[in-house]
Amino acid sequence: MNIDICIVAFSQSACVAQAGAANEVELIMPQLEAVYGQVGISNAQDVDFVCSGSCDYLQGAAFAFVAGVDALGAVPPIQESHVEMDAAWALYEAVLKIRMGHAESALVYGFSKSSPGELPVVLSQQLDPYYLAPQWIDSISLAALQARLMLDKGIIKASDMAAVVASSRRCAMDNDKAQLAGQFSISDLLEEPEYVSPLRKADCSPISDGASAMIICTRSKAEEWQVPFVRLSGIDHRIETHNLGMRDLTTSHSTRLVAEALSIHNSSLDIAELYAPFSHQQIILEQALELQAETEINPSGGVLAGNLMMASGLSRVGEVFNRIVAGEAERGLAHATSGPCLQHNLLAILESV
Amino acid sequence: MDNKNKEVIDAIEAPIYLKYKFTAGLAPARFLSQLKQGVLTGQRCPKCDNVYVPPRGSCPACGVATEEEVVLGDKATVQSFTIVSIPIPGNPIQPPYIVANLVPDGANISFIHLMSECVNEEVRIGQRVTAIWKPREEWDFAMDNIRYFKPLDEPDVPAELIGHLSVNGTEN
Repeated sequence: MNIDICIVAFSQSACVAQAGAANEVELIMPQLEAVYGQVGISNAQDVDFVCSGSCDYLQGAAFAFVAGVDALGAVPPIQESHVEMDAAWALYEAVLKIRMGHAESALVYGFSKSSPGELPVVLSQQLDPYYLAPQWIDSISLAALQARLMLDKGIIKASDMAAVVASSRRCAMDNDKAQLAGQFSISDLLEEPEYVSPLRKADCSPISDGASAMIICTRSKAEEWQVPFVRLSGIDHRIETHNLGMRDLTTSHSTRLVAEALSIHNSSLDIAELYAPFSHQQIILEQALELQAETEINPSGGVLAGNLMMASGLSRVGEVFNRIVAGEAERGLAHATSGPCLQHNLLAILESV
Repeated sequence: MDNKNKEVIDAIEAPIYLKYKFTAGLAPARFLSQLKQGVLTGQRCPKCDNVYVPPRGSCPACGVATEEEVVLGDKATVQSFTIVSIPIPGNPIQPPYIVANLVPDGANISFIHLMSECVNEEVRIGQRVTAIWKPREEWDFAMDNIRYFKPLDEPDVPAELIGHLSVNGTEN
């Protein structure tokens, strides 16, 4: 049986460099309130399943994700799950749950307060624990290595990277949740000093605190709720080896495989929200996806304008949802990534109904 | 290569050190600021009226923010306890000593604290206790501003009423 999955609500906090004293529960609750309000339910008791995405290393506390459940109102007990990943994968789990007929509706949320730790260093501990993690290779250095390979092979020029940043900053001027926005020319950006060569600071997504939440359900549930909804017509993901030396870092093999599985290549897409934490990675993704010229890329500004770790992937889906609901697009693509140098990639197709 | 004489490596050491600037949360910060002034506070759930101490920002049962501050008294009731008989590395307290779940009057959940000035063998569920604070000049943003709780000469609270007393210690 093929069950139509629909997105009915989405909310994201502003991306801020420092959420102040607020703890994770306090970051999550306003987003949950917002999505409950959008469908007219009162709390997590009114959905069949809840799944969250977060990473305990960002908080620096074992089982920190359990504290997030305090935002839900889990009395009487609810069906709840968690992925130690971006909440885009929590969405994936929720989709499976509904497709299996175990739930009609699901709440998905992702959250992080990345500011308390040194995020690029914290992320070094997601590398393979024997050879790479003990070297403490931070996420920016690995991305720099990838950008260097691309520059040296002539796949990109520094000005291509700057063009990605300029576009992100310009689009983000219309996004009130963005952390970084403004008019910058390519030459302005290239005048900035290199940070971790060949990356400039603007090539790297900022460190952001915040959360996002989404409600999905079957089509009949969406019609029952009588709210605008968008069909999630496809979702899939692929991962590459943890051994960076075995990967071609100048391309995204896994993204290409998902795109093939979902028949995305050369299909008509009005918008694409890509989770590219570094400017050159957006170019890698564009090439792997073979997007058509008319597809508008990252109208929100993407994650270079604000990167909520563990929520940015879900937010890409949410951004596409918002634009389809607003009538600005008919069909869109959302992408989420995880791991160093675009190791793990998820794609979702959203369509108006 | 001669595999026979090769040393088998079955483990490596890879210690992890990461530094964080921990933030307690907006609601816990309000609690800690009051504690620095020598006042124990809880926060009330606007939905179910339960008072949480220490507050963490939400009522976990209802999933809503706990905004209302409730000043609690120094008196509490023993909900459960254990007698610690083995020394714990780094802990300056010499065993045997008592660690108890205590519900302060006016709150609906317990926190963990120490008991002293008591006969360990006579400590019991429902026993009434009161906070013994450190000298004012030693107060910080910390629960150990209260050095320990000591027994009170008051009748025991029946088990079903533990966690349901008003801030005056009377039945709600």
